[in-house]
Amino acid sequence: MAKTSGTGTSATRRLGIVVILMLATLALCGLWFSAEDVVQGSTVRIMYIHVPSIWTAYIAFGLAALCSGVYLSGKNRSLAWDRVAGASGEIGVLFVAVSLVTGSMWGRLTWGTYWVWDARLTSTAFLFITYVGYLAVRQLGGTHRQRARRSSVLALLAILEIPLVHFSVTLWRSLHQEASVANPNAKVELDGLMLFSLFLGLVAFTMLFVWLVLHRQRAMMLEDAFSDRGLDVAITARRNEAGA
Amino acid sequence: MSTTGISKRRVVIAVARKDLTIEWNSRILVNQVAPFAAIVMVLFAFALDNDGILQRVAPGLVWLATLFSMLVVIQRSFTVESADGALDALRVAGVDMGAIFMGKTIALMVQLFVLELMLVATAVILYGVEMTLAGFCEAIVTLVVATIGLGSVGTLYGGLAAGARGRETLLPLLLLPAVAPVLIGATRATEAAFGSGGTTVSEGWPWIGLLLVFAVLFSAVGTVAFGPLVDE
Repeated sequence: MAKTSGTGTSATRRLGIVVILMLATLALCGLWFSAEDVVQGSTVRIMYIHVPSIWTAYIAFGLAALCSGVYLSGKNRSLAWDRVAGASGEIGVLFVAVSLVTGSMWGRLTWGTYWVWDARLTSTAFLFITYVGYLAVRQLGGTHRQRARRSSVLALLAILEIPLVHFSVTLWRSLHQEASVANPNAKVELDGLMLFSLFLGLVAFTMLFVWLVLHRQRAMMLEDAFSDRGLDVAITARRNEAGA
Repeated sequence: MSTTGISKRRVVIAVARKDLTIEWNSRILVNQVAPFAAIVMVLFAFALDNDGILQRVAPGLVWLATLFSMLVVIQRSFTVESADGALDALRVAGVDMGAIFMGKTIALMVQLFVLELMLVATAVILYGVEMTLAGFCEAIVTLVVATIGLGSVGTLYGGLAAGARGRETLLPLLLLPAVAPVLIGATRATEAAFGSGGTTVSEGWPWIGLLLVFAVLFSAVGTVAFGPLVDE
């Protein structure tokens, strides 16, 4: 058996090192060098994680839908598309969770409450639950092809569902009084370094996402190969039993 | 896939009739689901324990009870199919999956509609809701349009969860976030119909529009996506 050291290649290792360096720089810029906000003080630093994580989640779900679409439309249906979609979905759920947690911490500090029934917050919660459902469907069992087909259709359905949920939640909110604690859309004035930190966060998180997807989809490939091999071994064993 | 010799319309009618006949003979809806929905309405009254609040939130409770009961009805609708591989048999026979989807959706819609009528009647009796004639008409339109949406999306996800391990827990996870727009739209439209919280009947129609968009979208998507979702 060839010598392997996990799911990395020299390229992903280089990418990993760049990601670590960028995240370290982000931590320094975000926590140390960048200025406090006039109104919010140090709490504004949550933004450097909060905004990049939801951004990454959107990229992840977009990629999951795109790969699912390619899988369903292509004549040569490579399971690689399904695995990239699945890996994206998993990591997207992780980043939505990060964004919800950091968001409610930020909310607690600036608005005095963990949660407001704002349209954007509510539909983000729905986004999270919808993709948790997507991941559950991937675990349903059956053959790899069955998994790929089911989850691809579901990823496309989710993309259809999300705008509808967002639209209806926005309509729902428009009839109720606006959250009185604070307006989540309040403009935060950003100076040069703050803007740089935020931008760095977006780039670093996107690259972190790419790194995670590369590894995760390879791990999934190994999982698939392992279960195929297990099946082959079991079939051979039964044949031998029957022959003996 | 082709429906050899049989028109799509006949498949739709046959599947719907089959589901409704099974339901009629087993009386699950009447003997089990409807009492379940009724007890949910009574439990809401215990939990909220105030006549004023109950009247105000009655529309939301009607639709929540509908969604909970719908989960049971959908499970039932697909247990019938997957128990003896009936769905596989139909697929092997080359029956159009879109037609099966429509047939099952129609059967589900009929059952849901009966259930919703019962729940609205329960709200009128238990929660002291009063309706004008215009409100009554609006409530009926809301029920019809919301039921089309719920039936389509319910059959779609019900088919996906059918035959899978742990489907009882998977269906609510998939379905409830997807039907959030229906809950919002139908609750607001029913509020207008009931006149809860000083709303007027005319305020309900835009929400019925939202329900209509949902219904059209998911019945169209369901017809296309049902086949691939259910399996290869």
